[in-house]
Amino acid sequence: MSKILLHGTEAICEGAIRNGCRAFFGYPITPQNEVPEYMSVKMPQIGGTFVQAESEVAAINMVYGAAGSGVRAMTSSSSPGVSLKQEGISYIACARIPCVVVNIMRAGPGLGGILPAQGDYFQATKGGGHGDYHLIVLAPCSVQEACDLTYRAFDLSDRYRVPAMILADGMIGQLMEPVELPPMRSLSEIPEKPWATSGHYGKDRRVLNSLIIKPEELEPHVNELQRTYDEIYANERLAAEYKTEDAEIVLTAYGTVARIVKSAVNELRKQGIKAGCIRPITLYPFPDNVFARCAEREETKAFLSVELSLGQMVEDVRLAVNGKKPVYFYGRTGGNVPDESEIVRAAKDALEKAVKA
Amino acid sequence: MIRILLAGQGGQGVLSAGRFLAESGLHEGKEVSYLPAYGPEMRGGTANCAVILSDEEIASPLCSEPDVLIALNAPSFHKFAPRVKSGGMIVVNGSISDSYAGRDDVKVYDVPLNDLALEAGDIRTANMIALGVLVAATGAVQQKSIVSCLREKFIGKVHLCECNERAFLTGINAALAQK
Repeated sequence: MSKILLHGTEAICEGAIRNGCRAFFGYPITPQNEVPEYMSVKMPQIGGTFVQAESEVAAINMVYGAAGSGVRAMTSSSSPGVSLKQEGISYIACARIPCVVVNIMRAGPGLGGILPAQGDYFQATKGGGHGDYHLIVLAPCSVQEACDLTYRAFDLSDRYRVPAMILADGMIGQLMEPVELPPMRSLSEIPEKPWATSGHYGKDRRVLNSLIIKPEELEPHVNELQRTYDEIYANERLAAEYKTEDAEIVLTAYGTVARIVKSAVNELRKQGIKAGCIRPITLYPFPDNVFARCAEREETKAFLSVELSLGQMVEDVRLAVNGKKPVYFYGRTGGNVPDESEIVRAAKDALEKAVKA
Repeated sequence: MIRILLAGQGGQGVLSAGRFLAESGLHEGKEVSYLPAYGPEMRGGTANCAVILSDEEIASPLCSEPDVLIALNAPSFHKFAPRVKSGGMIVVNGSISDSYAGRDDVKVYDVPLNDLALEAGDIRTANMIALGVLVAATGAVQQKSIVSCLREKFIGKVHLCECNERAFLTGINAALAQK
């Protein structure tokens, strides 16, 4: 199939639709308005449902209901809006309902700004709402990946009955690149959901609930969730490595920042500095194995995490590196995006510090 | 690889010119990326977009050191001219901007885009004149790719399509005159 030019937001929608998403509930917020806009046109054309809810809270609870009935459902928002959805996400995680939540991150905290940021890493990967739970968190770095990872998020979410999140920065939303779209999947190919509250019709009674008031019932339920997270951790960690085999300085970044880091790695190599990059694709589960493997290498002198935040993913990098090598951080906030030369400088500084130490 | 930064005021067609460029690159089988940046205003405010055309995979989609700057107004000319790569080129809208870049290591095409656009039949085609200059001066994409994208975009709008095509050709001739 030939490639077409799409915005990241449109690619997310196509990835969802082509893997069976037939219900979308949203509420406007920049910089992700193109997602509901696109869905409002497409959903009626394919027999799906689009609702512009009265609020983010309503939208996530509509997802709760729709996805509970077995339909593949999605909602999308940006940072402040995703904060509002957290209660619903926690309920959905407890009730074990698969769905996809898209967060096109903008600069925070508070209402913040509308430009790209990655300040929601903690919220996305450490639970976000109340209680012990996790989401499967995927971070696309290109428009093609925005489509592919959204497509995949629905399968992962269904398979583990854990809600999935697409965590993208504002740049992915605005960026246009050529995309090869996957074929439209027939709804009949999507596996049955033996737990879905899809009507009685002679079946046994099914209940989806997040109120489990007896401690002797809630503990096994939560433990069962943890077993699922362990399984996800064992099976689904994913990262892309670039020139790490002999790298002295291993940079790491996710999303579009990883692309700028890749350019910086090329520039560093041109200047004779052995640099490489690890780009986590799954943020939860975090691909700690890839970092641990790198940290073992004698060649590796230091790690540098580059983020559009004050330093969030760097904590997971430190846990994965486990003290074996120094881990440094370089970040920008407020909607500013570092360019190649800034990252080159930061990498050189980090390497120098590591060698001195 | 060529990195092109198109900048101007919201409403001048900066973003649509960038999209034509990206679409044309895609038609030619190139790797392309298009990254717009604009404020909440529909008109006014500033708008710019970074378009990268390449034969290889594009890593960073940013354009902090463009090879080519297309500046449709004076503020964007003065803001971005210092960032252009040495040996690069600038197309500046001479109708509403001076053309003093304060450096002699870049080639400046001073073209009265607004006046030429009026002559072509519609002031809104100033962006297409700039694209004409760019294509003639750099060969970043082929003429025919832009024209076929225009025809695709303005399907059923014959007058607009002709106007834009005329403007694009005017730009090509303007560049050849200054080469």
